Amino acid sequence: MIRFAEKNTAISGVGMSDVSRGATRSALALTVDAALEAIADAGLTRADIDGIATWPGERADGSGFSPVGCAALQDALRLEVNWYAGGGEAPGQYGAVFNAIGAIAAGLCRNVLIFRTMYEATARKTAYANSLLREGQRQAGPFSWYAPYYTYAAALQQALFFNLYVHKSGITPEQVGQIAVNQRRNAALNPKAIYKTPISLDDYLASPIIATPLRLYDCDVPIDGAAAIIVSRMDVARGLRNQPIRIEAIGSSMRYRNSWTQLAELDTQAQPRVAEMMWGRTDLKPADVDIAQLYDGFSFHTINWLENFGFCERYGAKDFIEGGRRIALDGDLPVNTGGGALSGGRLHAYGAVHEACTQLWGRAGARQVKGDPRICATSTSGGPLAGAMLLVRD
Amino acid sequence: MTEAPPRILPVIDRDSEAYWTWGREGRLAIHRCGDCEYYVHPPVPFCPQCESRKVAPEAVSGRGRVVTFTVNHKAWVPGLPVPYVLALVSIDEQDDVRIPCNIVDCATEDVTFDMAVEVVFEPSGDLWIPLFRPVQS
Repeated sequence: MIRFAEKNTAISGVGMSDVSRGATRSALALTVDAALEAIADAGLTRADIDGIATWPGERADGSGFSPVGCAALQDALRLEVNWYAGGGEAPGQYGAVFNAIGAIAAGLCRNVLIFRTMYEATARKTAYANSLLREGQRQAGPFSWYAPYYTYAAALQQALFFNLYVHKSGITPEQVGQIAVNQRRNAALNPKAIYKTPISLDDYLASPIIATPLRLYDCDVPIDGAAAIIVSRMDVARGLRNQPIRIEAIGSSMRYRNSWTQLAELDTQAQPRVAEMMWGRTDLKPADVDIAQLYDGFSFHTINWLENFGFCERYGAKDFIEGGRRIALDGDLPVNTGGGALSGGRLHAYGAVHEACTQLWGRAGARQVKGDPRICATSTSGGPLAGAMLLVRD
Repeated sequence: MTEAPPRILPVIDRDSEAYWTWGREGRLAIHRCGDCEYYVHPPVPFCPQCESRKVAPEAVSGRGRVVTFTVNHKAWVPGLPVPYVLALVSIDEQDDVRIPCNIVDCATEDVTFDMAVEVVFEPSGDLWIPLFRPVQS
């Protein structure tokens, strides 16, 4: 008997556009590339797609944060779907996947095209930084409480949380730097990564402080690009060309104060309850996980997730990542095997899903993790947002 | 030191108006339940502890402590003087009421976790912006 709806779904195909620091083609063109590649990868055609989902939906604000939504892609591909949803109020970027699971469970769809497009590299050539604040405009919403305090970027809120984490855990910059160094090493083996030149721990330590304790190399890299996945109903997925990558369990909870100021545990962010929910929906345990694609908008997110997923104990990440061996491609738990967002580019958790599937299907080439990895934990987060998925290839 | 760019002001509504304007009289307004005395922040006219609707702004002492902070070094916009400190301060009356702010009248390297601070207000447009400084008395 199927207890949880996600167990009746699987990723059947993935696609990714060119990823760059300045595209020569439009955001929609990149999205079409990723979508068509995912559809073909699954062995489907446009006519088979009966649902579309994205996060956070189209934002026509010139920021490049989400320039393409469901409607634009639907019209570009002339898809005929039974259901679609794009919206930002969700458990982080994977909210689109969780919505698709619900739509499949409701009998609305069989194959949902899920995508995430970012055009921030180009946007930042014309707008200043990724400013959350607009001079002369009043700030509404959750960031309004921060507005008067020169809080121009999410890096500042995250720096608040991470500084508390450093204070409580005693993690050193040399330990934190292992995340960036490891991911750059992995990126060197990923043809689509943005930054492929290896960095040393000394390079990390020499990189400029953005806001204590965040250094430049702790921050992901804004790009132009798009990623897409197809989530199919399990019986449909079983008949397609790829072995299904089952969505074994999800964490989507909001059992905490969803606030950038009042979140109870600032230093672990929203992740613990979300991870707890995910593990409550599977018999698998952290020790069963072969690889991890952990959110890395900032390297501290990855450190948080190592603990919150239970790969090590609370404040034990510093020992877990010490020296970088355990998280390397040939380590106990290879982490962010394609370079992550830090070096691969900010596809905002969808790069992570793409890499998870690439590894689980054994297609990762020079960076392929040995030993036929079958189980991947993946996550997204940021302050009060968090989502988690456990992916399994049987 | 060059003059900082103007502060970006928040949109205010009937719930948040007291927080951003009572500084004119030197008072920090935090919503509080008239029945169980729980402070409700951000301000909502409902008490999540006792379900009372008798929640209204009340002046607090303006004393608190630094829960966490960061020293920002990046000039995000032209002319932004750096470094500066962004902090979350919890009020003495209730630990889970946290207020974002800049810490002022203090060298950036002297800001510490749990530092005792007190509110000061800076006028900006039609609002009074709460800032915190080390306790002076």
